[in-house]
Amino acid sequence: MFGTAVIVFREVLEAAIIIGIVAAATRDVPGRSRWIGAGLLLGLLGSALVASFTSQISELANGVGQELFNALILGVAVLMLAWHNIWMASHGKELAANARNVGKAIHDGASESSVLLAVIGIAVLREGSETVLFLYGIATSDQVGASTLMLGGLIGIVTGIAVGYALYKGLLRVPMRWFFSATSLLVLLLAAGMASQAAHYLIQADLIPALATPLWNTSAVLPEKSIPGMLLHSLIGYDASPAGMQLVFYVVTLVIIATGMKWINYQPSGNKLETV
Amino acid sequence: MRHFFTLILFLPLLALAAEEEYTMQIKNHRFEPAELTVPADKKIKLLIENLDATSEEFESHELNREKVITGNGKATIYIGPLSLGKYPYFGEFNDATAKGLIIVK
Repeated sequence: MFGTAVIVFREVLEAAIIIGIVAAATRDVPGRSRWIGAGLLLGLLGSALVASFTSQISELANGVGQELFNALILGVAVLMLAWHNIWMASHGKELAANARNVGKAIHDGASESSVLLAVIGIAVLREGSETVLFLYGIATSDQVGASTLMLGGLIGIVTGIAVGYALYKGLLRVPMRWFFSATSLLVLLLAAGMASQAAHYLIQADLIPALATPLWNTSAVLPEKSIPGMLLHSLIGYDASPAGMQLVFYVVTLVIIATGMKWINYQPSGNKLETV
Repeated sequence: MRHFFTLILFLPLLALAAEEEYTMQIKNHRFEPAELTVPADKKIKLLIENLDATSEEFESHELNREKVITGNGKATIYIGPLSLGKYPYFGEFNDATAKGLIIVK
């Protein structure tokens, strides 16, 4: 039962951390909770769908369909997070200072809602489909104690969600002065970590070179399966033995988004502060 | 008929020429063969056939690989080129029994 709880916890944790951060970062988006709910629902439906078509997906593209699919949806999530961060860099401070042009905020909020929907949906879809396959295997096996194992799965789900919720609540307590910098930084690292994971799948599919295998190996010091390793993996994309190309993807994503955030701040925009 | 068998005998050589290809099976939540010896500095194409009805996830931190293999399904995983050493792997969904080692010589 404990083993099952740990496996499910690991899957749920990753999604829960992403959702916790994104939910906190979009606290001012109107109608936000509806979009979060829709993202969760779509993600869960998608999980069941992907789980039932896993073997078909796997067989696509000469047996590397699973990798391509994962890399693709990770890529979409990275783009969405990048868009969110750059938008926040230009409007976040106004929203915080409550100096918002309501009409414009709602207009921008609409595009933010789709970011929220997509990122949450993708996070749930990725981790959910594996959890579904795993739990389905247990449920259909006739080994004794399958129900105890399912209980373990439930404990894993609840614990994972609890950590994500705690992160969300913790972030909301960050003083407004630092709130946007803090959440932007977390979203930035989240996006870079996802880009590194996308690279990992493309290397596994033999579509891009690994460059160095591995670049470093810290499995002995900080294994990815340990609690701190899992948290760091979800938060900043920590990998105990990454390929060189993963670091390239990580750094490039980091630099592009950070540059975009800086650039948009230096734009001579007329309606930035005059709406006070 | 004899020619046919001769041909079958040489078939693995074809695979060798293209890429180093290895096949593994999952049966009763165990990998077979659990220990696989492969050459160093070569790209390896690993074919895994899951004969169980339930899914398994091939995972290795040392190889930096993870892939779901559905029940009664197949999967291709590329690994390497690897340097000399031992690389453990396991099946995440049944890690009590499903574990093995890739030995690079």
